[in-house]
Amino acid sequence: MAEIVNKATRESFGLALCELAKTNKDIVVLDADLSGSTKTGIFAKQFPERFLNCGIAEGNMMSVAAGLAACGKIPFAATFAMFATGRAYEQIRNSIAYPKLNVKIAGSHAGISVGEDGATHQCCEDIALMKTLPGMAVINPADHWEMTEAVKAAVELDGPVYLRLGRLAVDSFNDPENYSFEFGKGITLHEGSDITVIASGIIVKDALDAVRELEAQGISARLINIHTIKPIDEEIIVRAAKETGRIVTVEEHSIIGGLGDSVSDVTSRKCPVPVTKIGIQDRFGYSGPAKELLKLFGLCKDNIAKVVLDIVKNA
Amino acid sequence: MNSTETLELKRLACKARMGAVTGTYKAKSGHPGGSLSAADIFTYLYFKEMRVDAKNPDDPDRDRFVLSKGHGCPSLYAVLALKGYFPFEELENLRHVGAMLQGHPDMKGTPGIDMSSGSLGQGASAACGMAAAAKIDGKDFRVYSVLGDGECEEGQVWEAAMFASHYKLDNLCFIVDNNGLQIDGKVEDVAGLCMLKEKFEAFGFGAAEIDGHSFEELEQAFNAARECKGKPFVIIAKTVKGKGVSFMEDQVGWHGVAPNDEQYKKAMAELEAQLKAIEEA
Repeated sequence: MAEIVNKATRESFGLALCELAKTNKDIVVLDADLSGSTKTGIFAKQFPERFLNCGIAEGNMMSVAAGLAACGKIPFAATFAMFATGRAYEQIRNSIAYPKLNVKIAGSHAGISVGEDGATHQCCEDIALMKTLPGMAVINPADHWEMTEAVKAAVELDGPVYLRLGRLAVDSFNDPENYSFEFGKGITLHEGSDITVIASGIIVKDALDAVRELEAQGISARLINIHTIKPIDEEIIVRAAKETGRIVTVEEHSIIGGLGDSVSDVTSRKCPVPVTKIGIQDRFGYSGPAKELLKLFGLCKDNIAKVVLDIVKNA
Repeated sequence: MNSTETLELKRLACKARMGAVTGTYKAKSGHPGGSLSAADIFTYLYFKEMRVDAKNPDDPDRDRFVLSKGHGCPSLYAVLALKGYFPFEELENLRHVGAMLQGHPDMKGTPGIDMSSGSLGQGASAACGMAAAAKIDGKDFRVYSVLGDGECEEGQVWEAAMFASHYKLDNLCFIVDNNGLQIDGKVEDVAGLCMLKEKFEAFGFGAAEIDGHSFEELEQAFNAARECKGKPFVIIAKTVKGKGVSFMEDQVGWHGVAPNDEQYKKAMAELEAQLKAIEEA
């Protein structure tokens, strides 16, 4: 059994950046007065000459990052997902995505698990916004080990990347001994033949607990972890659709434009099967402790198991 | 700068204006007004000020230029063509399907274009990023960016100004093409933008206000910019929108409209007469 690390993916991100920057001199980091929260502060302390705090000016930060990339740097521009993909959407589109510049955008405090700060800071649209940009890769790691490898992969990839980071500390479930991150490839975490659960981000652990619990009840549910939402792994989705006939998607994001829509897009073109989406239903969040909110929005082991069970029973 | 040099710059700027007028005419769209107002600035930058080599457009140590007011690109394209980045005839394909010269600058498609731009305010920030990259790498290249005066209504310009000043980017020079007009009318009527020089100074810039059509004054200002240490520099270049074509000069209507057949002939006749006068001087 692998060691369980309880860490927020934002922290894993900050640590990974520092490790990579030791050997890669082109890595520079930008933040917009949230370095304590996005954990780029760890990098700032170690590499002050390569850290640019842009102050509370996210639009400027994205275009500055574009200018740095145009001169050969590998900039990571970090702030909350809300202000990166929402406020600075147009700068990301025109300064970064259109010229295909090698900028990595790190959106922290994504989803409702921001918690007490409430709706203004709970960005559940970031993946949808970034997905629409031509050439933008979208990566949503699930635990400490996956984030560590995802940051490495983002550095190796030449082009714009959106990396989603969570605020909430989560238990790791991957085993670093045999984990490998392959950009654009889903990972089957649990085999099953009755139905497939496809999850992304820090909610994957709950989905894993749910399918294990269902197994004890005699239900064979497959679980696929999609860390790269764009480009999405069509092959693993089509295979799941063909072999299990039903899919449930789980994401801490709006069901409009997120993982569920990407999966449905693949199945509708290549192997139409019913797709049920668990996620934020066309609504805003509200204040409250993160874990309580996740439960209230159905993003927890019990609800995932219940939804899957209902579908299998009524099939 | 001696008079021969000045005459040569005037000749090149006149040819750039002819390219801009021809490009927008052939495209049946584009922005002649703001292209003509900035033509002398582009000419000075590429033929006198900047360390660039058209044969090596990707040289990592070259000076950079960002046209933050991206719509002014027709005359920039003409200057790049005159400098040798691509054939002048490309101007005739401006804005056409499949053309190298896009309606707004595209760094991936056009040799010599250092940054894609067009959405106002963003080029200024990108120029800051380039200047910061030079500082981080200990390189001595300089970064220039031309902004519109209307563009200075964008909050991002001032975010960029704060950044440039905070990081002491003395390798950065903004030039404001201060032609006083924007799409909806006079800048002073639309948004009351005033005291540009003082505003930039308050943001920590060194500044000069000059006649943006005088190569002597451009030379003095760019020299001052290079000598300014520890802070970025801005040149407020007073210009005339539509400069060089009598019926376009200081006319708000010529912001984003292409000349028709008759207007094209008239404009080219005027520019050809100016060119002849320069060549005979």
